[in-house]
Amino acid sequence: MAFTLTDFKLWRSLASCWLASMALATQAADVQVAVAANFAGPMVPLAERFAASTGHQLKVSIGATGKFAAQIAAGAPFEVLLSADDTTPRKLVEQGLAVPGTAFAYATGQLVLWSPQAGVVDDQGKVLSEGRFAHLALANPKLAPYGQAAMQTLQAMGLADKLAPKLVLGDSVAQTWQFVATGNAELGFVALSQVQVPGKPLAGSMWVVPARLHSAIRQDAVLLKTGEKNPAAQAWLAFLKSAEAKAVIQTWGYTP
Amino acid sequence: MSAADWLAVWLTAKLAGLTTLLLLLLGTPLAWWLARTRSRIKPLASALVAMPLVLPPTVLGFYGLLLMGPQGPVGQFTQAMGWGRLPFTFSGLVVASVIYSMPFVVQPLQQAFEAIPERLLEAAATLRAGPLDRFFSVALPLARPGLLTAAVLGFAHTVGEFGVVMMIGGNLPGQTRVLSVALYEHVEAGELADAHRLAAGMLVFALVVLLALQALRRRMDGEARVQP
Repeated sequence: MAFTLTDFKLWRSLASCWLASMALATQAADVQVAVAANFAGPMVPLAERFAASTGHQLKVSIGATGKFAAQIAAGAPFEVLLSADDTTPRKLVEQGLAVPGTAFAYATGQLVLWSPQAGVVDDQGKVLSEGRFAHLALANPKLAPYGQAAMQTLQAMGLADKLAPKLVLGDSVAQTWQFVATGNAELGFVALSQVQVPGKPLAGSMWVVPARLHSAIRQDAVLLKTGEKNPAAQAWLAFLKSAEAKAVIQTWGYTP
Repeated sequence: MSAADWLAVWLTAKLAGLTTLLLLLLGTPLAWWLARTRSRIKPLASALVAMPLVLPPTVLGFYGLLLMGPQGPVGQFTQAMGWGRLPFTFSGLVVASVIYSMPFVVQPLQQAFEAIPERLLEAAATLRAGPLDRFFSVALPLARPGLLTAAVLGFAHTVGEFGVVMMIGGNLPGQTRVLSVALYEHVEAGELADAHRLAAGMLVFALVVLLALQALRRRMDGEARVQP
């Protein structure tokens, strides 16, 4: 064997690596960020740009906002929450789990009705009233803001009762997308950012749901109590408000 | 408890009951074959049966969605037979549960069959009992404790199923919204009192079932010893 446990040189080089990484850690810190499932796409370029400009690394967890709220209440180590709504950050502040005055809207979400097949969804959403499909997927309206907006849309169109037997509920918009992408549900309500990746053509067909059919999907970010003393967490929130970040967020189909 | 939660209780019992019944029907011959065969494919068959023990349920759920979906081979087959597609249906959950709970039924049965001394079956054969007769009048009665364990574990494990149901179920009341999914939804929605009612109920159920199983097995062992 080339290396043995008593190989002094190996240990010395390992030790110097460790020291070097410790030195870096004093300047650059990690931030634990919980991110709503619909925002997974833009998080990749945003985290890269943030790391490039500040040296701080984001540790990103993607999931349902409701689940994050329950986990944060149970002491999860997240320092920043990028919520899919504005009520969850407000509740966290009320519960003393988030820092008052730090919540702000980082994006307004865009709901779309989408099918991975071309020609299934028309640009007026008439496919819904025609009803020639077995399953319509949406996120659970009880748990996910996009699901709530989807349900409001169906109610506004007067189709909620008629389509009730055909609805399948995803735990978040991420699972809803997965139901539709695998073809198990012919179409579903998802976030525009999930289906329209910047620079790529749209796969399938979609209807961008007009904002008048549902209440606005205002997505707030908030600094959590655990991140109050982490300058990197504050730097991340500041970055999220910057023109650079806003430009990225807009290309993913959100209105700022 | 709300009507929706009672519906979830009933649905879970129906799913677990049906799954256990199917598994006893399918698993008994399979376990008998595994216990007696000297075939070269036995290790492979045993490994396949045991797979759900080590795989994350999300693996089964993921492949379930792909295989049973419109483009998947299982989905194409069920559609060609005019049965429609399995995801988001109760039948889909039954199929997934049978695979998922298979080792919990087959393994106790196999162990019980393996524990039967060869000479007892040979003795029965010399008394002109045919293979089926030997199985039903010698092997099956002797394997009763294993049968009981298999049924109880199969049922309880199906009740505790979550990951697979979550991925292929779609949370439909009366169809796929089983107890574990209903509980998860309550937790996520912050309805902790409702979550407690379901969670505590399942906790007590699991404890009672396992205690009852031990008591029954002790009684069966006692009976076995009394017999000459």
